[in-house]
Amino acid sequence: MNAWIRSVLMPVQGTAYAARVDHLYLFLIYVSAFFFLLVAGLTGYFVIRYRRRGPSDRTPNLTHHQGLEAAWTLIPLALVIFIFFWGFHSYMDIAVSPADALEIQVTAKKWVWQFEYPNGVRTVNELHVPLGKPVKLVMTSEDVIHGFFVPSFRIKQDVVPNTYTQLWFEATVPGVHQLECTQYCGQGHSGMLANIYVDDEKKYNEWLATGGDAGKNMPLSQFGAMLYASRGCRTCHSLDGTRGQGPSFKGIWGHPVKLSDGKSVMVDENYVRESILLPQAKIVASFEPIMPTFQGMLREREIQALVEFVKAQK
Amino acid sequence: MTGNYLSSPRGLKSWLITVDHKRIGLMYLFSVLFAFLLGGIFAMLIRIELLKPGHNIMSADTYNRVFTLHGAIMIFLFIIPSIPASLGNFVLPLMLGAKDVAFPRLNLASYYIYVAGALFAIAAMVTGAVDTGWTFYTPYSTTTNGSVGLMTFAVFVLGFSSIFTGINFIATIHKLRAPGMGWFRMPLFAWGIYATAIIQVLATPVIGITLLLIIMERVFSVGIFNPQLGGDPILFQHFFWFYSHPAVYIMILPGMAIISEVIPCFSRKTIFGYKAIAYSSIAIAGVSFLVWGHHMFVSGQSQLANAIFSFLTFLVAIPSGVKVFNWIATMYRGSISLEAPMLYAISFLLLFAIGGLTGLFLGALATDVHLHDTYFVVAHFHFVMMGGTVMAFLSGLHYWWPKMFGRMYSEKWARVSAALIFVGFNVTFLSQFVLGSRGMPRRYYSYLDQFQPLHVFSTVGSWVLGLGFLIMAVYLWASLRRPMDAPANPWGATGLEWQTPSPPPEHNFENAPSVTRGPYDYSSPEPTSAEVEA
Repeated sequence: MNAWIRSVLMPVQGTAYAARVDHLYLFLIYVSAFFFLLVAGLTGYFVIRYRRRGPSDRTPNLTHHQGLEAAWTLIPLALVIFIFFWGFHSYMDIAVSPADALEIQVTAKKWVWQFEYPNGVRTVNELHVPLGKPVKLVMTSEDVIHGFFVPSFRIKQDVVPNTYTQLWFEATVPGVHQLECTQYCGQGHSGMLANIYVDDEKKYNEWLATGGDAGKNMPLSQFGAMLYASRGCRTCHSLDGTRGQGPSFKGIWGHPVKLSDGKSVMVDENYVRESILLPQAKIVASFEPIMPTFQGMLREREIQALVEFVKAQK
Repeated sequence: MTGNYLSSPRGLKSWLITVDHKRIGLMYLFSVLFAFLLGGIFAMLIRIELLKPGHNIMSADTYNRVFTLHGAIMIFLFIIPSIPASLGNFVLPLMLGAKDVAFPRLNLASYYIYVAGALFAIAAMVTGAVDTGWTFYTPYSTTTNGSVGLMTFAVFVLGFSSIFTGINFIATIHKLRAPGMGWFRMPLFAWGIYATAIIQVLATPVIGITLLLIIMERVFSVGIFNPQLGGDPILFQHFFWFYSHPAVYIMILPGMAIISEVIPCFSRKTIFGYKAIAYSSIAIAGVSFLVWGHHMFVSGQSQLANAIFSFLTFLVAIPSGVKVFNWIATMYRGSISLEAPMLYAISFLLLFAIGGLTGLFLGALATDVHLHDTYFVVAHFHFVMMGGTVMAFLSGLHYWWPKMFGRMYSEKWARVSAALIFVGFNVTFLSQFVLGSRGMPRRYYSYLDQFQPLHVFSTVGSWVLGLGFLIMAVYLWASLRRPMDAPANPWGATGLEWQTPSPPPEHNFENAPSVTRGPYDYSSPEPTSAEVEA
């Protein structure tokens, strides 16, 4: 019964902490169900049992009852204090991170997540963590407030500019977990998603050693397609001509494009490269200068792959 | 029936410069109903856009503006003024046996300030729209394009309308009660409005100042909230919720006040626990100032602050629970009839119970961290505000409609519409509790495929809800075209407002009433309580 309710209402339990949260959640489901049925049951029963039979109905003059009123004040009071302590006690689990946690720096900006590992490896919209090891995130934002939310870990923390906020977790379920932005941040808010890859330590260490060079053996344009999805390009740039926050990639290669300062520029290798690294340099007419720079976040081969990918969008 | 307040004096000008609380109440009523229609249309558009992931009928940009307008209009133009300024304005002086509110001109000024605020809000919509969400969080709101300055100014202006109404009601309740009406012979509606007015007067200035600070930051680049100028974005959240949390009690207390009138009347029985209900309104108003931090459990405020705010939040549950139990106890051994006002009151009881109970999930720290900023919060809020306040507003509207217009509406269609609204509401919002628990964040233009079935469910519910309101608009409109034949007291109620003809004469009572009995004297041999002295 409990397992069924949980599976309907809650996502996978990706951490031990998630199980603790779900415990309280289930308890509250039962408490709520009890009180709702009490309210609905009594209301329904009274409406039927004491329905008006005629204009001459007389009713007793019941004005108050101290015992009853004390009961429905004090019993709920005791209950909510109990719930408070339970919620607080579980919450303390995520309030302080273990001293030996692996520390990863997180930077949020419209509308991408960047991660930096202790050895200098950087990723975008892709967080790799070892299974069963505590991971501590030190987070900040470059523009507005964002929210770091992993439903399957039951953790959430706002990411605030000019401040470091922290979060920690210890993943217990291997595979891919969803990261979502939960603090409204504008046009690309609902596209500000990322994947969290939980791998056993061996696989994680391999990934870390190669610097996350997943596309090593892929042809450039296929690698580019992967990066297009994983690095957040698709949040703003469509492939089918739909106008997004940025220009669509469809059919732009080899054609001149009009810029906001009235000049135009040919879409070629150098223009695409410049737009990735210095996005404010040339703004396509009628678009806003809102793209973040990817300087220092992409390897040379990744830039080449993205250029090839744009080239392939006929 | 000559000389009722609707027909004398005549002419448009007599309405525009009226200081009659009943006319001002009606002007407020039609204004807030128009705002509700507008906000409702935006709500339907949101639900249609969310039928499937990605682009359906509008771009992400438009969506962000639409949900902002839905929230801002519903909160600032509809729900805050809804019960106090429309029904409260109309009914409160009548209930107290007064000729008018204490400051009739201030009352009219409050209405025109409301209109001015609404015009600023419309100007903001037309001149570039606002995409900040109704919460105006910084630094997003101080850096985004659009008419944020104009919109925040509109809310600033609307605040004064709310403060004026509050001051007026406090003075009216203190000074204009009929002879013999001590504090504990006042109808509970007056207690609820009194508690509301205290919050309006004490909390509203804070949001006024906060929004002015936003305008200063946007126009003069004074660094207050924007970190790039050396400000603190979290400070804004403290200021904002210091008003906006008490404000949800500005929204719900008048709703509870209506329920305390309707349930005794349609159960034909003395209210159970009068004093407990009266004091619990004041208790809610008091505690409401101390819980704002529960909106900020994941904002980065200290864990100690989180613990304290969580604890204080749970205390609000107690007076709310006390009221619910008292209302149910009032029905015990009553003589219950289910006319439209009572149907809405029962809808309120059931939906507000769900709204309140799901508040436990959000008050407890561990579960809130997961549910914060998801559809669970959206559903909880709508259960309290729409399931609570709007149901109570509809209950009061149907209860006092004959008094206001001297006409009865079609009871049959009122029941059909109440049923559709109840079912449609639950389909729309129960599904959102599940969405939120499963991890669907709020304010998302698009979403992961796994959430689609529940979104479709919710959207279909919104159509049923819309149909219910459409039917209501039709039968209420139709009732206005009927002859004025409503009796003075169609429900057999005890309040003083029922001792005068429907609609009341210009100065409310033919003879000044005085009070010799309690306000809910339904259980005595003679069903009418307040005696009108010759």
